[in-house]
Amino acid sequence: MLTIEDLHVSVAGNEILKGVNLQVNAGEVHAIMGPNGSGKSTLAQVLAGREEYTVTRGSVLYEGKDLLALKAEERAQEGIFLAFQYPVEIPGVGNTYFLKAALNAVRRHQGLPELDAMDFLSLIREKARLLELDPSLLNRPVNEGFSGGEKKRNEILQMSVLQPKLAILDETDSGLDIDALQIVARGVNALRSPDRAFIVVTHYQRLLNYIVPDFVHVLVDGRIVKSGGKELALELEERGYGWLEKAEAAGAAR
Amino acid sequence: MSATEILQEHLSQEYKWGFVTEIEQETVPKGLSEDVIRMISAKKEEPEWLVEWRLKAYRKWLTMEEPTWQNVHYPPIDYQDIIYYAAPKAKPRLNSLDEVDPELLRTFEKLGISLEEQKRLTGVAVDAVFDSVSVATTFKEKLAELGIIFCSFSEAVKHHPDLVRQYLGSVVPYSDNFFATLNSAVFSDGSFVYVPKGVRCPMELSTYFRINAENTGQFERTLIIADEGAYVSYLEGCTAPMRDENQLHAAVVELVALDNAYIKYSTVQNWYPGDKEGKGGIYNFVTKRGKCLGVNSRISWTQVETGSAITWKYPSCILQGDNSVGEFYSVAVTNNYQQADTGTKMIHIGRNTRSTIVSKGISAGHGQNTYRGMVKVLPGADGARNFSQCDSLLLGSECGAHTFPVIEVRNPTAQIEHEASTSRIGEDQLFYCNQRGISTEDAVSMIVNGFCKEVFKELPMEFAVEAQKLLGVSLEGSVG
Repeated sequence: MLTIEDLHVSVAGNEILKGVNLQVNAGEVHAIMGPNGSGKSTLAQVLAGREEYTVTRGSVLYEGKDLLALKAEERAQEGIFLAFQYPVEIPGVGNTYFLKAALNAVRRHQGLPELDAMDFLSLIREKARLLELDPSLLNRPVNEGFSGGEKKRNEILQMSVLQPKLAILDETDSGLDIDALQIVARGVNALRSPDRAFIVVTHYQRLLNYIVPDFVHVLVDGRIVKSGGKELALELEERGYGWLEKAEAAGAAR
Repeated sequence: MSATEILQEHLSQEYKWGFVTEIEQETVPKGLSEDVIRMISAKKEEPEWLVEWRLKAYRKWLTMEEPTWQNVHYPPIDYQDIIYYAAPKAKPRLNSLDEVDPELLRTFEKLGISLEEQKRLTGVAVDAVFDSVSVATTFKEKLAELGIIFCSFSEAVKHHPDLVRQYLGSVVPYSDNFFATLNSAVFSDGSFVYVPKGVRCPMELSTYFRINAENTGQFERTLIIADEGAYVSYLEGCTAPMRDENQLHAAVVELVALDNAYIKYSTVQNWYPGDKEGKGGIYNFVTKRGKCLGVNSRISWTQVETGSAITWKYPSCILQGDNSVGEFYSVAVTNNYQQADTGTKMIHIGRNTRSTIVSKGISAGHGQNTYRGMVKVLPGADGARNFSQCDSLLLGSECGAHTFPVIEVRNPTAQIEHEASTSRIGEDQLFYCNQRGISTEDAVSMIVNGFCKEVFKELPMEFAVEAQKLLGVSLEGSVG
């Protein structure tokens, strides 16, 4: 589904990603872990099409297409979804209205008829119930005045409505208490399917107790320095990132 | 392309109403003098008292100085270089639409204003003003059956002189301010509305103003009177050709609401704003004021100001009757080098008077947008209440938003609330929308529309659609 080869990315002249390689197939869940500043969020943002990041080398193929040639909205319409680390507030624009516009943009692109207000409303209400999201939040402006946990759950609500092929979760666990974390994980797990893939970016192993990954990759200083199964996350929990950072530094010095 | 550039591109749509109608003109000589005023008055076959009123205003105007306190900048205006009266040369009297010059009908058709009644939506009667004169008023007879008078100002002077004489200058005196006084001296045409006691006007009344002639000022005057228990909703729209010179538009609007009457006045102002470098465009210097004379009366101003090089106006309410209500809902957009200094005055005189102010300023390009408002509570206004909200939205980094609210309270029982905010459409917001599959253009529309929602919902439906189109936005809630 997604093939990243030798990806180099700079922002404002600083190279953040220094040759990332990653293969993600349909049905898989990949966790990207790593210390602060290692480039995890940059990877997520680049895949979603953020313009401030400049790809200086490498390629990204998504379902056989050159992903980097697509605009952010085209990527979204093609089924890529980013759950933001810091969901953005949009005053004056109703949450339901926003999500309906998003869904219909995606449906138009896919040649499907747009959903009318009634069908959409019953859809979104049901999804909100699953995520134990206060229904009144549906009528409020997008993310405005939401608590941190509500914002994250709202991201998962959007994801469950948009039904992406590739979902990227950027530090979705940050700022969540254990109850909210379980609700969010339940929402994500409900979406796991053989034709959908996930990239879960996280600093801590905790989230991975609930969203169990097939693969774990450790990103240090812009490169994936170690890959493994879910047990790698537990090892990191125990030993921290220091030993990998040292190994990486030694490797770079050679 | 950065999000800011995309924003700019989205905002810099061409002005579509900039064409010129080739039509034979009848004008008075350039410049202003007592002779010119007498000439305008004679052309309109006005009674002696009105000539005197005009001259009184002119003499007053000669002693006045052009104000400079406003937050807008423009080179000095040469008042002797303006033509104060221009009219399409046509058959002397228009008794039916068949006699209107087809070129004029085509002009209004082109602007989307059909003057043929059967083609109109039945809910709207139109008075069409072309430069200095009214060229047609639709549905006049139908309205007359209810006793409603809706005609051009000139006709009202001829056929309803008592009403005109009683109310002309009763809200905006001839000596009010530099531009209102100039208007009092030279006003050419405009609309007149009288709704009799207890009558609810069954259709929207609308005036469409078109400036066509070159080097000409438009000085229209509108007077609306709602008698006891009457209701009327009035709309005005405006466009002008694209020209490199600036043109002056100095109108006066007076509203009078008697006991239990309700006047709803809506404006979609789209005068030519000038080009991208700020060349040309209309100077829209207007005095609009309503008087809630009777108890329980209500006057509501709604304006969407997207055009003009400079917009300078403060539709205001004098809340004289006890329990009267004044409202002001405004969206003002300044793009490129446009400037707007607009707001309202709410003067609380009667007891338990209430006022609401909702102002939304949108600045883009090098646009400068100023909200200036005054809430004044006089000693007798026990229990007066005001709520004001002034929000500014910035698009890009070269534009400006300014707010000058003045609150003057001389009664301890008054309750005044004022809220203000400034926000910016950020790249984060646009990326968030993009990432959900929404294009930048749709995202900007959505955000701008969300910002203006409270004002748009005050507009009559047909006008709300027009306003949305003007802002390039789609109506939330009407979709799907």
